[in-house]
Amino acid sequence: MFKLAENRQEKGRELRYCVVETLQELMDSDDKVVAMEADLGGASGFTKIQQSNPDRFVQCGIAEANMIGVAAGLSVTGFKPFVHTFGPFATRRVFDQLYLSGAYAENTINIYGSDPGFAVGANGGTHTTWEDVALMREIPGAVVCDAADDVQMEWILKEFAAMDGIHYVRGNRKDVRNVYQKGSGFTIGKGNVLKEGEEILLVASGQLVSEAMDCAEQLEREGHSIEVIDMFTIKPLDTKLIKKEAENKKLIITFENHSIYGGLGSAVAEVIAEENIPVPFKRVGVNERFGQVGTPEFLQEEFGLTAEHLKKEIENYL
Amino acid sequence: MEKSELQQLKVLSARIRLDVLEMLEKRGYGHIGGSLSIVELMSVLYGKQLKYDPQNPNWEDRDMVVLSKGHAGPVWYSALAEKNFFDKGWLSTLNDGGTRLPSHPDRLKTPGVDMTTGSLGQGTSAAAGIATGFRMKGSDQYVYLIVGDGELNEGQCWEAFQYIAHYRLNHCIVIIDENKKQLDGTTMEIMNPFSIADKMKAFGFHTETVKGDDEEAINEAICRAKEVGNQAVCIVLDTVKGAGVPYFEQLAGNHSVKFNNEEILEANHEAMKTLQKVIEGGEKECLN
Repeated sequence: MFKLAENRQEKGRELRYCVVETLQELMDSDDKVVAMEADLGGASGFTKIQQSNPDRFVQCGIAEANMIGVAAGLSVTGFKPFVHTFGPFATRRVFDQLYLSGAYAENTINIYGSDPGFAVGANGGTHTTWEDVALMREIPGAVVCDAADDVQMEWILKEFAAMDGIHYVRGNRKDVRNVYQKGSGFTIGKGNVLKEGEEILLVASGQLVSEAMDCAEQLEREGHSIEVIDMFTIKPLDTKLIKKEAENKKLIITFENHSIYGGLGSAVAEVIAEENIPVPFKRVGVNERFGQVGTPEFLQEEFGLTAEHLKKEIENYL
Repeated sequence: MEKSELQQLKVLSARIRLDVLEMLEKRGYGHIGGSLSIVELMSVLYGKQLKYDPQNPNWEDRDMVVLSKGHAGPVWYSALAEKNFFDKGWLSTLNDGGTRLPSHPDRLKTPGVDMTTGSLGQGTSAAAGIATGFRMKGSDQYVYLIVGDGELNEGQCWEAFQYIAHYRLNHCIVIIDENKKQLDGTTMEIMNPFSIADKMKAFGFHTETVKGDDEEAINEAICRAKEVGNQAVCIVLDTVKGAGVPYFEQLAGNHSVKFNNEEILEANHEAMKTLQKVIEGGEKECLN
């Protein structure tokens, strides 16, 4: 069960330190957990794991394809590798290794792809991923998550450690606004209804969940009733929940820090089409654009991923 | 090595080679060149060096093999069948729909296969990871990584080699099958490999080159590799693509062949007869 954070304006732990501390905790209780890096330990904080658990940390250097293959080999010998690199290098660059050495061979690899979308900041277009979810959804059996905050990130990693297979979670390295209270629990493959509502069904994921809540609350003050779902597991998708909550809505709208092709929006669109849900539908995300440099705040604004922009999109249907 | 032991390995090589020829003729096509070039290696691994239990292929303490040049699956299946990992009848099911012996090895389908390979280069990193896992467990198991010389075109091989060398993973015995040909031509024509042994030395490997059709030399090279302390090890096998069958050795495009004309069938039958004699003669000698 989850409880919503009391103050959504406050930020939690930096997600990278949440990942580091969670992996350290997992390593204390499970001698099969291994952490792996591709020379970004300074950026991810994984150097702390190298210090605390040197025997179960593997530095792979700037060679991500090899890192994924080594992770597959570790899985063959019974280990549970957790790899980190920036989102584009954790998915786009190593897709074939994840697909074949990982999934096709039924190995277990857990992946933290950091700084998705606008979180990339000054690292810019070469380090931006708007397509990681689309790629990862293509891998048969893969679990694909977008963490809303550090509470959820911690829960996701612990859940991954208990499952076999290919598991991907994307998340900012830095601190993001709190959505959940500490100790909240979730279920892989189940969306979380954060707010009930009658008119609009708003489905969001990751860091944009708090923006979606801001938007819903603002519209509510203006007399509208908005339902918000945190669809933190994009695969497997909670189709049952979408079907149920779509009933009698004026609009279903998705909101993601990702391309509108292949991500959350596409996944929800597939359900709407296949289940014959007779409700207007809109995807809000990045449309046919590459990334660029700028502060995360600038990029969020530039790519229309703010509560204000979302509100305007919804108002077109009210 | 005792003479009788060597004789047994030579018989095993002949059996494996015969199985490959029979299997591919029955199928009507297949990767003959790169299968035949590592027959003697497979014989030494499964006849002498590897620790395994065919009744319990997932035995925790076994040595592992990663055939990164996955298209040579038929020679591996032959060795596994000769050592009773599965019924020899399976060999005639190569590439049938739903078979447990697909063209490229699949760890989920075939007993004795520990890693799925075929997308070239990927087996190198997997073997590096397996060796890392052995070391983390404090185990003295070995993983034998078999890589093709054409496969070295793939950049991932070199990522994996620098990793294996950096971590001095000497329980990952890297074996490169230098048969000097790839699909579209010779390795010199397609992408000049220069000296593979020199490259491996430059990467930090203890490297030696041996004749790939000499069981005794291969065995001794592996024994020496196991004695090397604190350094990654590589054996470059000087081989011939299509080895052991004159017709296939001389055939220009021998990466994959079709058994669809009299000439090829005749040559294959001739080779099979010769191998049968080697097996019978060798077995008599072994009994004496």
